[in-house]
Amino acid sequence: MTGPTRGFLGRRRERDPRLPPGQYDTGADWPVLTAEPTPRIAPETWSITVDGRVANPTTWTWDEVHRLPGSEYRGDIHCVTTWSKFDTHFAGVSVDTLLEAAGPAPEAAFVMATAKTGYTTNLPLADVTGGRAWLVWEFGGEPLPIEHGGPVRLLVPHLYFWKSAKWVTRLTLLQRDQPGFWEQNGYHDRGDPWREQRYQGD
Amino acid sequence: MGSSPGGRRAPAGGWRTATVTAVDRPTPRGVRLRLDVADRIDHLPGQHYVVRLTAEDGYRAQRSYSVASPPGDPQVELFVERLEDGEVSGYLADVVEPGDVLEVRGPIGGWFVWDGGSPALLVGGGSGVVPLVAMLRTAHDLGRSDLLRLAVAARTRALLPYADELAGSGALLALSREPNGIRRAGRLVAEDLVPLWEPGQTAYVCGSASFAEAASQLLVGLGVPAPDIRVERFGPSGTSG
Repeated sequence: MTGPTRGFLGRRRERDPRLPPGQYDTGADWPVLTAEPTPRIAPETWSITVDGRVANPTTWTWDEVHRLPGSEYRGDIHCVTTWSKFDTHFAGVSVDTLLEAAGPAPEAAFVMATAKTGYTTNLPLADVTGGRAWLVWEFGGEPLPIEHGGPVRLLVPHLYFWKSAKWVTRLTLLQRDQPGFWEQNGYHDRGDPWREQRYQGD
Repeated sequence: MGSSPGGRRAPAGGWRTATVTAVDRPTPRGVRLRLDVADRIDHLPGQHYVVRLTAEDGYRAQRSYSVASPPGDPQVELFVERLEDGEVSGYLADVVEPGDVLEVRGPIGGWFVWDGGSPALLVGGGSGVVPLVAMLRTAHDLGRSDLLRLAVAARTRALLPYADELAGSGALLALSREPNGIRRAGRLVAEDLVPLWEPGQTAYVCGSASFAEAASQLLVGLGVPAPDIRVERFGPSGTSG
């Protein structure tokens, strides 16, 4: 713990209780932060597969996933680069619905999400079950923009947003944890914004 | 994309104390900071540092900034563009003086790094040139400047950080608001990149979200395989740079 920085006053004297530590309100903006060129994915060529430690590995096409019971998220999102965005509204399907069909094996404890680009991110299975994770294709009532992961991205809003893999095409259930793309590159394995788990060792 | 070129990178470690040794303002909205970082971990060209400021009442704000200095430089050089209403960039641009002590954490990032030994095409917009300058300086230190090709973009030369250094190393300057002697005013276009691209290069694209998107799509259009393109985007809300 070090002392104050000389001459730094800080801007926000009233701290919004919805802001996790070290975050600021980005307002109407929605910054785009990805490490690869944005892929153009036609919805009719997109599919989502749930495989790995499951009883029934399953793939859904765009049309098939839309026929599943819908589910929405209304609330805040938080990026490790310190912006938070309040009162977002996403629509898609709960990850619980997909897992119910695929039937996780008893030993399944982690998930690796893989994107069309090859991007990966790992999560404890417990962080994508119990109504805490979605596959989403709508933002604010409109199709999810491609730069934000359209046609379909993962949404795990209680963790930093690099866990919410854009352009997601596969969820692989694993017995043991493996680091994903950013997790191999110095970022935290879990990424809880309220515990400020930004980098390895936090 | 696959794993990072050198495998896993060292974690960022904890917060460190940095003493500001020099401050100058080479562009109208840009400030260059030179830092002595206690017990610093060597960085790789392309990595960034987080700077954390603490107010008297304990309020804190932190932002990431790319490193411009090569690993062999005894100090860490950051270039910060003052953003409109920028809480951290405004402080760094207007208040910081030599002798001030800042909290920093880094180096961070294992993807947007150049290994120093393979050919690369570097494409930067505005303050997005900063990590590319670190790569350029590293190549110079290694005697391998032949490995790098650069194209950089800004509205005017006066607004381009490290303009003289970049131009002096043969970078193509795409200036959207003024001609540069050999090129008409205008945004970076595919024909700017055609003579620079060679198969086998890794492309590093850094800049604002809109610049990075446009430049990376230009490369895809030229036939650069998407897995060979690494992108570092700055959010419009001052998440970096």
